[in-house]
Amino acid sequence: MILLTAATAGASTCGGGCGRVPGSDPRGSTTTINREPAMAGQIQVATPQTLNISIDNFTFTPAQLTVPTGSKVVWINHDDVPHTIVSNTKAFKSKALDTDDRFEHVFDAPGNYPYFCSVHPHMTAMIIVK
Amino acid sequence: MDQKNNDISDNVDRRNFLKCMAWVGTGMVWTMNNGLLSSRTFGAAPSATAADAPADFTFVQISDSHIGFAKPPNQDVTGTLKLAIDRINALPARPDLLIHTGDLTHLSKPEEFDTVDQVLKSAKVAERFYVPGEHDVFADDAKAYLDRYGKNTRGLGWHSYTHRGIHFVGLVNVANLKPGGLGTLGQDQLDWLKKDLEGVANSTPLVVYAHVPLWTIYPKWGWGTQDSEAALALMKRFASVTVLNGHIHQVMQKTEGNITFHTGRSTAFPQPQPGQAESPGPLKTVPAEKLRSMLGLAQVKYTETQHTLAVVDATLE
Repeated sequence: MILLTAATAGASTCGGGCGRVPGSDPRGSTTTINREPAMAGQIQVATPQTLNISIDNFTFTPAQLTVPTGSKVVWINHDDVPHTIVSNTKAFKSKALDTDDRFEHVFDAPGNYPYFCSVHPHMTAMIIVK
Repeated sequence: MDQKNNDISDNVDRRNFLKCMAWVGTGMVWTMNNGLLSSRTFGAAPSATAADAPADFTFVQISDSHIGFAKPPNQDVTGTLKLAIDRINALPARPDLLIHTGDLTHLSKPEEFDTVDQVLKSAKVAERFYVPGEHDVFADDAKAYLDRYGKNTRGLGWHSYTHRGIHFVGLVNVANLKPGGLGTLGQDQLDWLKKDLEGVANSTPLVVYAHVPLWTIYPKWGWGTQDSEAALALMKRFASVTVLNGHIHQVMQKTEGNITFHTGRSTAFPQPQPGQAESPGPLKTVPAEKLRSMLGLAQVKYTETQHTLAVVDATLE
């Protein structure tokens, strides 16, 4: 995995509409004497990526996906019945996805994002943004 | 059931199993009489059951038409819905009511609802009633559904009426679903139901219909309603309750005290038996010549003098 500074990662991913500046994360400015000098003032963040989640047989695969902040997640419905992608906390919500339809969302802030299919609520999964 | 212990062997078990399979294939008559359920196949010798007796009136249930679906095993779901209506129109006695227990459409599209309306218009019945399936409400929070079928209903389409001595209740359990959960009625609807039933005498037969089964069939596939117990508790005092559902695209029945549960076939495509496939999606590999034997409708006959409701399942074969 490629590691970059937070500032670089932020510049490449945070387009219009993103209110948070990644470099301003309070954790980034916290330094202590005990830390390695080279780490001071930097956050190690993996490059934002585009990752796919497949829907097959009423199941999100992978069921749990960990992505770097700023990553785009793309869901693709391979089932013969429609599904939706709905955040438990209303962070995102897709329209009805028929067979082979896609939905994408960019995750700009770290956190856990549980979601489900509002048509088949037994389908649950989670995105973890770090 | 009359069963002798010394009869139990592999052969007998297999024979009994095949007999049960035949029932599934040919349709079955369920007769409810004072809470006791009995059954016979269509092919069995005629007997003086309520299903044979002239009914005071009949009504029909169809379900899961999924207009807009066009994949294996059924590329022509409009055609099979029309076939179901033809069967209804060919019944010897014209049904008073047609009840559609949801998933009228596949994607809640206006043109799909238009087709449903067009086809159901040709049904020779006095009145039509609907409850939505999740496919009818998920795309637009039930707007298109309620624009068409919301008249004289409450909330997301729940309703009740009394027809010739039977109190009918249509419930909606496909909206505001929670992550990891099953079908949901919600407190507003339960409050309404409590009020609605208050004025109904214990001796009045109840017919309750909703899309998702009001009994837990297979939670792993979402085949149940999480707050159905609260609704069923309100119905315990009634002498006879018949619950009609769809959603699982196959016939299943159960009796519990005064309540008979029944799920009807789809008019579009069959789904697997609980746990018998990786998912509850359409059974894709059904041969074309077998498809109609797995689709169908249910006719319910009511005989007031015998206090009976008989649910008769028929396929489209």
